[in-house]
Amino acid sequence: MTAPRLDDPAPALAMRGIRKAYPGVIALDGVHLEVQRGEVHVLLGENGAGKSTLMKILSGGEQMDAGVIAIDGRAIALGSPRMARDAGIAIIHQELALVPGMSVAENVFLGRAPTRVGLVDHARMVRESVVLLERVGASVDPGVLVETLSIAQRQLVEIARALSLDARILIMDEPTSALTARETALLFETIRWLTARGTSVIYISHRLDEIFTIGNRITVLRDGRNVATRDVQAADRRELVHLMTDREVDELVPSAARVPGDVRLSVQGLCVRRTLHDISFSVRAGEIVGFAGLLGAGRTEIARAVFGLDAFDSGTIAVDGAVVEIQSPRDAIAAGIGFVTEDRTREGLVLTRSVRDNVALPILQRLSRFGVVHRRSETSTAEESVRNLRIRARGVTQRARELSGGNQQKVVLARWLATGARILLLDEPTRGVDVGAKQEIYQLINELASSGVAIVLMSSDLPEVLGLSDRLLVMREGRIAGAFSRADASAERVMACAVGM
Amino acid sequence: MSPRRTVHRIIAGREAGTALGLIVLCVALWIATPYFATAANLSNVAEQSAIVGVIAIGMTFVILTGGIDLSVGSLVALVGVVIGSALQRGWPVTGAVGLGLMAGIGAGAVNGLTITRGGLPPFIATLGMMSVARGGALMLSDGRPISGFPDSLRVIATGHALGVPAPVVLMLSLYLVAYVVLTRTVAGRYLYAIGGNEQATALAGVDVRFHKTVVYALSGLSAAVCAVLLLARLNSAQPIAGIGYELDAIAAVVIGGTSLLGGSGSVIGTLIGALIMSVLRNGLNLLGVSSYLQQVAIGSVIIVAVLIDMALRRRVQRSFR
Repeated sequence: MTAPRLDDPAPALAMRGIRKAYPGVIALDGVHLEVQRGEVHVLLGENGAGKSTLMKILSGGEQMDAGVIAIDGRAIALGSPRMARDAGIAIIHQELALVPGMSVAENVFLGRAPTRVGLVDHARMVRESVVLLERVGASVDPGVLVETLSIAQRQLVEIARALSLDARILIMDEPTSALTARETALLFETIRWLTARGTSVIYISHRLDEIFTIGNRITVLRDGRNVATRDVQAADRRELVHLMTDREVDELVPSAARVPGDVRLSVQGLCVRRTLHDISFSVRAGEIVGFAGLLGAGRTEIARAVFGLDAFDSGTIAVDGAVVEIQSPRDAIAAGIGFVTEDRTREGLVLTRSVRDNVALPILQRLSRFGVVHRRSETSTAEESVRNLRIRARGVTQRARELSGGNQQKVVLARWLATGARILLLDEPTRGVDVGAKQEIYQLINELASSGVAIVLMSSDLPEVLGLSDRLLVMREGRIAGAFSRADASAERVMACAVGM
Repeated sequence: MSPRRTVHRIIAGREAGTALGLIVLCVALWIATPYFATAANLSNVAEQSAIVGVIAIGMTFVILTGGIDLSVGSLVALVGVVIGSALQRGWPVTGAVGLGLMAGIGAGAVNGLTITRGGLPPFIATLGMMSVARGGALMLSDGRPISGFPDSLRVIATGHALGVPAPVVLMLSLYLVAYVVLTRTVAGRYLYAIGGNEQATALAGVDVRFHKTVVYALSGLSAAVCAVLLLARLNSAQPIAGIGYELDAIAAVVIGGTSLLGGSGSVIGTLIGALIMSVLRNGLNLLGVSSYLQQVAIGSVIIVAVLIDMALRRRVQRSFR
């Protein structure tokens, strides 16, 4: 087959006029994307802008309705993930695609295990995985099961797997969402090593800092169309946010002046064997207390213990000055505590159910008489939440699964507000949420605090936790290693404290 | 919600495909054989569907939470034998039946507790109970059927209300109750939530263990009700009764469009599924198809029905981004 040459010199990848329509929505409307050899090309856009669809088409998971894809100037067909892989395209999924019950080495070589006389050559598999894992800076034993690894380690294994494919075009969908600063730095080193060898990387991220560190060029999509392509040097933050959302944003993290009230939540001497040591802190009404720290430093564990999910060995929890017994989420909810978990699809939402069902879940008892749910009040409660939190859904009966990440997170928030929670534990509230929605969630958090809710914010996104918190506590190895007021908290000082410098 | 909207929702919803399948099947049999569409035969079909139909209610609840109950067939035998021996010892009918229902609830609750407290997978816990209950039934009856019951018990099978056989009336009223529970009550909402995402539901403050235990107890109860129906119909309690009923019930649930993963489905679908199974069996009998070939046909219908259901679901999902 003689393929037409599209360009000269041919870019590593050219996508032209890509169209994709789903019933009722045009996901991609003539999008083009050109990636040079050895380039890190950032794809930017809000959720629903068409990034994922475009990458699904490129990795063979979806078929385009119209358009041309060329690799090194040759038009190719990408009818299946297999064909994409053969064409040298590899994708690292945002939702991890590893088999938990298999070893790291087996996962790295999943589906392509090296064989000798028809049997899996285990020694070679382990040997080669060690090299790949070192390459990405993952200090994991290739023999251990993936289920024993942290999310960050799994992400690194996934990256090692993509490396083993020897791809010419590597798609990374939010690869750093679970990584610490150090791991992110290592990942960037790997990316630089790859690009120096001529591999092209398509990089999807919502973290602008990263984009400026690692990217060469940026393509912004909005509503399924190209908005702009810029060299990183020529781009500035505010412009990018504006291009994505088509609205002016004053600051990435808004600050608000608030006057905190009485102490609402007070935790004294909380200990959980091996994970938490003597944790004491208090949060006032209308105050945002941030918890920073490396992954695994114990932030989530605090929230889990306070919410009654994990039993603690010693310590007391007091709400509004009175000590409360919290042994289950029910107790915590009764005490006016709400918990927005880190993993909203696994622990937050019932994705198969509607927005209404999800919002009403913890308050069904209150919305019912003799065990029969009063639908009208259920619907009006949900509708009120949708309005107040500006949740973008077709209606309260739309399934949670169909919402964007940011709107899903708002549904989780809505649920706790509906219970009348006066204390909110927010664990990574903007993880996997696009910039525009992040902004809205920040605003909501500020509004909630202003209305008198006491907020505990756990976040590994430093600018986020610095920008939102009135006070900042830094966790290290299960202890509170430092406390900063808003005025003297800076990224460098917090980081130094978190790593123990 | 007004009844009209409920009807509309059922017509437009997932049950529509299954209902269409049932209608097509009935029309085909009506054309193929003159014996199908007679009042006597239809009443017979409905009566037969009641046996598995009742168990399938409990099974729907269990499967909605993402579980499975393999013990119901054996529980039918155990409860039957319990009632039979109580009657033999001179217990009054209401007392004996009450004891039987309690036995069903108790065995189901044990299933629920081993699953929720012991942490066993439902498949294993109820597989164990399947054997325990069968063995218990054989021990209690010494392996022999117990027969000859008072008319006040038999009326459950032989009686009629407004010309409709009593078992059918019982089944339909139980379906109505189950429908209201699942769609209108707090508990029903919890079951869907548990099946959809157990962790998230627990985090929302729902006592997941309690509700799951109750669900298995209800499944035991529906097996016990089935045992009463069978007892009344056969006028005898057989320790080998109910073999394979659990699979028929699961088939009815699955044909009715309830997902084995939990979180979605309805009892209306299950009722239609149970009717499809018994219409099919009856039709094949009327057409003189050998019982060997019947098994092949029923198995194929289960597979094809679920394939169609999955294809439809994928199309619905694809219409969203």
